[in-house]
Amino acid sequence: MSDLLAPLFSMHMPVLPVLLPLFTAVILLIMGDQGGEASHGGPLLKRRRLLSLTAVVLGAVLSWSLVAEAASGVLNVYPLGGWPAPFGIVLIIDRLSALMLALTWTVAVPVLWYATGGWDARGRHFHTMFHFLLMGVSGAFVTGDLFNLFVFFEVLLIASYVLLVHGQGRERFKAGVHYVVLNLVASALFLLGLAIVYGVTGTLNMTDVALRVAQLGPEQASLFKAGAMLLLVVFGLKAAIVPLYLWLPGTYAAASAPVAAMFAIMTKVGVYSIIRVHAVILGDGAGHAALAVEAWLLPVALITMALGVLGALAAHSLSRLVSYLTVASVGTVLAGIGLFTPQAMSAALYYMVHSTLVIAALFLLVELVASQRGETGDRLQPATPVGQPVLLGLMTLLGAASAAGLPPLPGFLGKLMILESSALTPAHAWVWTVVLVVSFLTLIGLARAGSILFWNVLPGNSQSVGAGTSSRLVMATVSLLALSLLLAVAASPLKRYTDAAAAQLADRAAYAEAVLGPIGGAAAATTRPYRGGEGEVRLPPAKGQP
Amino acid sequence: MSLEFLVASGIGVVAAAGIYLILRGRTWPVVLGLCLLGYAVNVFIFAMGRLWQDAAPILLATGRVADPLPQALVLTAIVIGFATTGFVIEMALRSRHESGSDHVDGHEPGHGPGHPGDKP
Repeated sequence: MSDLLAPLFSMHMPVLPVLLPLFTAVILLIMGDQGGEASHGGPLLKRRRLLSLTAVVLGAVLSWSLVAEAASGVLNVYPLGGWPAPFGIVLIIDRLSALMLALTWTVAVPVLWYATGGWDARGRHFHTMFHFLLMGVSGAFVTGDLFNLFVFFEVLLIASYVLLVHGQGRERFKAGVHYVVLNLVASALFLLGLAIVYGVTGTLNMTDVALRVAQLGPEQASLFKAGAMLLLVVFGLKAAIVPLYLWLPGTYAAASAPVAAMFAIMTKVGVYSIIRVHAVILGDGAGHAALAVEAWLLPVALITMALGVLGALAAHSLSRLVSYLTVASVGTVLAGIGLFTPQAMSAALYYMVHSTLVIAALFLLVELVASQRGETGDRLQPATPVGQPVLLGLMTLLGAASAAGLPPLPGFLGKLMILESSALTPAHAWVWTVVLVVSFLTLIGLARAGSILFWNVLPGNSQSVGAGTSSRLVMATVSLLALSLLLAVAASPLKRYTDAAAAQLADRAAYAEAVLGPIGGAAAATTRPYRGGEGEVRLPPAKGQP
Repeated sequence: MSLEFLVASGIGVVAAAGIYLILRGRTWPVVLGLCLLGYAVNVFIFAMGRLWQDAAPILLATGRVADPLPQALVLTAIVIGFATTGFVIEMALRSRHESGSDHVDGHEPGHGPGHPGDKP
């Protein structure tokens, strides 16, 4: 039996990160969810939690085995339904995809564990939506087709709409309406951008688009650039760059803690898409359309960092402060990508992994701290002291120091790599100034918040360490923080991996060979865009079936 | 007047009306605006397969056929658009129920948090 299953398993591995959460979510739906406190501690809730946690742990194992496979440099191409590219949809697992998958599922495990501490019983179908979110995010990371990327964006967005209002309340619904409307407008722009890309190149397969864009004449290239700019707006809205970040602080601050922590990965989906479209398809070697966004991306990223940290300084609550730090961290990552060199890309990937873990941990920490401050919650005002000042204080210190980039924490390493990689580029003075000043201001903002939270306390007894701080919640947060600290220890292998990932992304020929086959590469003639001339329709070159 | 001009200006007018409605302050016009924008986008995708006259919609043994791919894309976009429109209507109704106002900010202008006439 296992002889039969093992090849089947390895053959279909690229699609499993999408199918696993899908089937888990469907089973959870069938199991039903009455919700509310009535089901709290009931056998059904226990079964749901067990199934949900088992699935995320399985997914984490699966994604790490994909990393192990991708680390050798193979491009694992999976044509869905056996249809050859560019006519069918392909999934591609390269180093970048595998890294993003592993990051997603590694964050998901502690976050879901945290959510089983009580949040999942404060509404219905939390686990179902959590798995649909994971399905959308995983799908967006593995797909090799731009329209399929749109579909997975919609899957993750629909799940995120429901998760955002999980727990309900007026504030969440207000933020929810804004978030949904903004993202629906962005979806419309996404479709417009895709339609232009299709109209110009006649294909939506990422690898094929990358080949065709190099063959475009100057007039068509400028139309393609317009489409790419529309896509930058869409991805920029997801990633929260200037001037499209204004929705993020209110939305993330309104969401419940585990949801906000999981949303930390969603800004990275936007960043990932910018890498795929604007840094790879429109990278060097894209002919007339090459580096179309070079003039925009770096300045926008630096302004995003600056405004993000100013927002963090002005924040009146801890959750808003962390939300603004999310904005600043996205700016830092995009600054690395905006330099358009493999070294800077590698540094940006390293920093992205670190910032996702730290931001997710900080969002969980916000709720731990707030739950011990009574009525004051996470507002930055003096209140009665927290019940566990040493534990929470240490965790805040570690998270804050890493977010600000103090040595020897991974945030420092990430920022150092970005600074180092910018040294030989013309923009290095700007990058150095902004990154260093922003790091300093982040430190000030977090130090101010920390001193108000832990030192500037009102006389009186500390709040009782109630149900808000069960050991499970603390352990889940600690494990996320520990994972981010592990990045400092494992910096060398991770940096080697991201170096290789950045080098792999620049290798267009390898992708063409892997996806389109030896005769479908750069030299192949194309019938696209389809003009309908008689006798022009040719069948695609046959490609080995999986 | 060419067919291209007619289609392009039609998309433009519908999209402009949609954007105007999205910028309104109440949730219902916003939902209508999203629908209109969705229609404009769907026709735009369709037009990106080029405008065809006297061509078969699906592949026959002989003769010209229209580009089938945008038709498949637009079907997907319509289905997703339908689902999200249903969701945003439900969201708007719940927000109206929770806050007592159908304004997108969750409170009537001049009655918001921080205003003298604040009524929670």
